[in-house]
Order: sequence, then structure tokens, then C-alpha cells
Amino acid sequence: MVTVVHENLEASIAKMRARDVSVFYGEKKAIDGVSIDIPTEYVTAFIGPSGCGKSTFLRTLNRMNDTIPSARVEGEIMLDGEDIYRSKMDVVQLRARVGMVFQKPNPFPKSIFENIAYGPRIHGLAESKDELDAIVERSLGRAGLWDEVKDRLQDSGTALSGGQQQRLCIARAIAVDPEVILMDEPCSALDPIATAKIEELIAELNGRYAIVIVTHSMQQAARVSQRTAFFHLGKIVEYGRTSDIFTNPLEQRTQDYITGRYG
Amino acid sequence: MSELVTPARAASFEARLQKRYAAERRFKAMGLGVILFSLAVLLFLLGSMALNGIGGFKRVEMEVPIDFTQAGIAADPIMMTQPDAANSLQAQGLSEVVSFFASQSLGEEAAAEIGPDAWRDVAAAIIADPSILRETATFSLPASPDLASGYSGEGSSEMQALAARLDEEGKLTKTFDPGFLSRSDATNPQQVGIWGALKGSMLTMLVTLLLAFPIGVLAALYLEEHAPRNRWTDLIEVSINNLAAVPSIIFGLLGLAVFLSIFPSYRSAPLIGGMTLALMTMPVIVISGRNAIKAVPPSIRDGALAIGASKVQVVFHHVLPLALPGILTGTIIGMARALGETAPLLMIGMRAFVSTAPEGLTSPATVLPVQIFLWSDEIDRGFVERTSAAIIVLLLFLLVMNGLAIHLRNKFEKKW
Repeated sequence: MVTVVHENLEASIAKMRARDVSVFYGEKKAIDGVSIDIPTEYVTAFIGPSGCGKSTFLRTLNRMNDTIPSARVEGEIMLDGEDIYRSKMDVVQLRARVGMVFQKPNPFPKSIFENIAYGPRIHGLAESKDELDAIVERSLGRAGLWDEVKDRLQDSGTALSGGQQQRLCIARAIAVDPEVILMDEPCSALDPIATAKIEELIAELNGRYAIVIVTHSMQQAARVSQRTAFFHLGKIVEYGRTSDIFTNPLEQRTQDYITGRYG
Repeated sequence: MSELVTPARAASFEARLQKRYAAERRFKAMGLGVILFSLAVLLFLLGSMALNGIGGFKRVEMEVPIDFTQAGIAADPIMMTQPDAANSLQAQGLSEVVSFFASQSLGEEAAAEIGPDAWRDVAAAIIADPSILRETATFSLPASPDLASGYSGEGSSEMQALAARLDEEGKLTKTFDPGFLSRSDATNPQQVGIWGALKGSMLTMLVTLLLAFPIGVLAALYLEEHAPRNRWTDLIEVSINNLAAVPSIIFGLLGLAVFLSIFPSYRSAPLIGGMTLALMTMPVIVISGRNAIKAVPPSIRDGALAIGASKVQVVFHHVLPLALPGILTGTIIGMARALGETAPLLMIGMRAFVSTAPEGLTSPATVLPVQIFLWSDEIDRGFVERTSAAIIVLLLFLLVMNGLAIHLRNKFEKKW
């Protein structure tokens, strides 16, 4: 069974391009021959039932799977035409270009300022203290958090509310000036109001960064994304415009999933 | 039906509930009882030790005025800065001067019971300030061990009688002896001090800490964060766990066989003692360190990796600071155990009689627990109180060391 790719997609430059990617955890095949182009100018959503491999695939895009000793990746993933799994690839550099936001907010147990400043500091992005301050302000501003925290930058990042923590993590990812931001179910631990704020934020960031979001909520995918890929059993079943996937899916399994027949 | 329905409670349900509460109360009471019992035992232990030990900080002394203008002792200022200044004063007949003035003020019989080393106290005073040679100075000189035990109502009846008479005349007193904290071991319990052993312990602990802490922490970090999971790391893990359980005297044998054959001239030195104890402390630090590192949430590592931190940066910027409180807890336990250790140090010669405080890491020394062991073995009754006093010093040292470590730990503790 091959992936059904809608034919009406506008031509766009693929920021990331995956070709025939398979991921193994030991003997178990978690991802089976996935190919997809991730455009620069849209938000791409990965949807699918639990355990379908969408998070696993997301983690291959910035090689976070490297931290799992038994994980093995086959196939080809390109970032701007460079294979990120080639042996000469600098993983540290890759992750600075492809940032990630996790399911559970994971701010460092340091001050809000330090949370943001850490990335620019290790990458040497700021020449002076003033520049660093500017980066922190800009990143927090883009994440819509500046007004809420500007008076307490020295407070611990872990003292913020869940939604604020998640926006802090997004600001932390933005601070190193990435090209792609991967979001692994960024709202699943948040209440509806915090979720709405994150979704607004994604809409604002759209265009500046290529964004890939894994989500369990189909409404969320419909709200924030322009492209949707439906994953099932380690494969992409269907990929196309979000509006088409939700209103006019070509595959029966996609139809079944979005109408809630399984998943 | 608009009313809320409460489930019917059968009698058996109520009875079970009562039983559950009773069990809870019982458990609480038991726990409280155990804590109170431990506290009582601890209080008894500390109380009895303090009562016995207070006497150890005192000594029986006689006041002797010495008119140096008549003594004919010269103290060349340059000579006084030499290490053998005391001996040069002794060569000029200082001890005879001391006994002469003692017999003048106290009488022949009492003067004979001035401690044989009493002149050393006088010599120390002269070396500290040679100008007293131009005037009359009064010294509190230690009584002989026999007279001291006579004062405590022990020993021969003649001595008891002499002590009673001198006491009545106000010439014999038992006073706080600050010198106990600045002198070293001696054969005469009136003349001993704890400083030599205390300094020996400090130097030994310093070596132990400087070796065991970095090695232990780095080993724990490597095993937890970098090492591949395979048969070799399993083997290393089992070995480290076993090492923590090895009886301490075995480490002493190892120190004897390995360290002393490499550095034969450093027998009894704090350096070798510290190295031996470091072997013993390191596994404790590794084990507690690994647990502390394991307890750092993986999400923190992911967060740092995802913004492009390298593995080493993740470890040193995030994992280590968060694990440090736990590592320090393990270090406290390990160091406390090392401080109290006697057996391995006996093996490497730290039980030698050392009458001067160690100059450095390589000079012969003894440590507090060994000193306590040596004094408790002495026949002279005067050592009993001194032993208790030494135990108090050891416990205070332990308290200070742990207090410092706990302070550091609280400083690094992060609130989540």
C-alpha cells in the first residue's frame, strides 16, 4: 500500500524531504518506508492513532532518536538538500537548525532568563550582554510571553503555569534561530485556554519557520495546519491540504479515522 | 428522584472502617515510639560521654612562680626561632630550674610530683615570648600521673594523702586545659593533646575527598550517561557494588601491599591513609551518584539536546547540577565512614606513636579514631578521661564536616 498524495498541492520548496524512511527499535519496525516533503511556508500536522509512529518519525527529523540506543534509521532525510544522517553531519548543528518542543513542558530549573539565554550562549549567538538581552526579549516576545514575564525574568522557569512553561519552551527553541520547529503534541498537557494561546502562537510563527506538529486532536490539526499527513501503522496513508483531508479524504482509512470510527 | 442517595452502610462496613483507622493509629504510635526510643538512647549516649569527657579536657595542675632573673637562662632571639629551641633551653638546665622553684613554693615532696615533661610548657612560653626571662612568671604546671590519679581518689594512699593536703592548701587544682587541643600524643596522660590526631584526620580526609569525589563523580557520570549497556558495564557495576561491601581492613591490606610498596618512605603518612580511605569511599560516591543522576528527569536532557547542546554540555550544565545534592548526600555518608575508620589505617602504620603534629601530607601522623583506640589501650587511668575527650572531639569534627556538606547540599538543591 502506497501513500496517497493529493495532486492539487501547490508547488513549494521542500524544507525537509524524507525518502523511504524506516525506523527500527531493535527488531521492531516502527516506521515503514515513509516519504514526505515538508514545506517551508506551511504548518504540517501529523495525525493518526496512538502508536502509529508519528512521534517517532518527528524525532527522526532532528535525530532525537539517537538518544535511544536500540533505534536505527534507514532511508534518507534531507534538510535543504543535505542528508542529515550522513556520517559527517554535526548533530549539534542540526538540532540548532531543527528545534523541538515536547509534549510535557520541560523548562530547565533555572531562571526564565537563563532558560532562553542558554541556547544562544552555547552557540555563541550573542557577542555581548546587551545582545543576549535583546535575543531573550525578542524570543519571549515572539512566543507571546514577554509582557507576562518581563518583570520577573529572574524567577524560576518552573514556577510558571503549564501554558506559560510551554510557551517558554517555544521561546527557548526560537532563541537559537532555527529553520524548522518540531512540536510533539505541544498542547496535550494543557488546558483549553493555554491550548488556544499556543495555537495562536503557531499561527503567528507560521511563515517564519517551517513547523511540524504532531497532534491527537483533529480539531487542532484542522485549526493550525495547512498540510496534514495521516499516519497509520508506521506508514503515511494520505497526505494533502488540511482542508481536503478533513472534508474530502481519498482513502477509506482516513475517512474512518477522521469520522471517529477508530483511533 | 431528586435527593442524593447515600450508599447504605452495613454494620460490617462500619466495623471494617474502624479496624482500618485503628491500624493506622497503631502504626503511627509505633513509629513515634521507635523515634522516641532512639532519641532517648542517643541522649543517654551523648550525655554519658559528655559527663566522662568533660574531665578529659581538664588536668591537675600546680601553680609554680619562676623568677627567671635568678635562673640564669639565656634565650638568644635567633636561637628561639630554631626547631630545637626547647632542647637548647633544656640543655641550659631548664628542668632543674623548674624543679628548684617548684620545691621552693610547694615543698620538696610536691615538687617531686611535678610532671616530668612540665618544663616543656615553660620552654614553650619562653619561645613564644623571650622577654619573660627578665621577670617572674607564674606557670600552671601539670602534676605527675600518680598525683593526678591521687587527686581523683585512686592510686596509692601516699599520693591520695599528698593530693588531699595540696588541695587543702589550694596549691593543687583541676582546671580546663586549653593545651589539650594544641598538643599531640605523649606517654603521660597529663601531657597529651589531640591536635596531632585532629590535624592528621583533617589531612587524611582532605586527600580522601580530593581523590574520591572527582573520581567517583566522573565514574558515575560516565557509567550513567556515556557507557554503552553491555556485559562489560554490567561487570563494572557488579564490581563497584561489591567494592562498597568489602570489609575495610581489606582496603588496609591493599594500601599496605600497593601504595606502601610504591611509596615505602611514606609509611604512616596522611597521603597513604587518604589514598586507602579514598578506595573505600569511592564506591559509595559512585553508587549514590549514579542514583542521583538517574533521578534527573530525561525531559531535561531532551530539552537541552533539542536546542543543540552537546552531550558534554548536557551533562555538565544540566545533569550534574541537578544531581549534585544527591551526590553530596552519598559523599557525606562515605566521608563520615572514612573519618571513623580505624582498621585499614592500622595496616598502613598510622598507629605509630607520633608526638608532634604532622607538618604535611607526607609526615608521620595518626588520626582521631586510631588515637582513641591507642589511648583506650593504655594502662594509666588518666587516659580514660582523655579517651572520652578525644571521642567528643571526633564527634564534633564529624558534626562540622557533615554540617558543611549539608549546607552545600541545601545550597545546590533546586526547587521544582
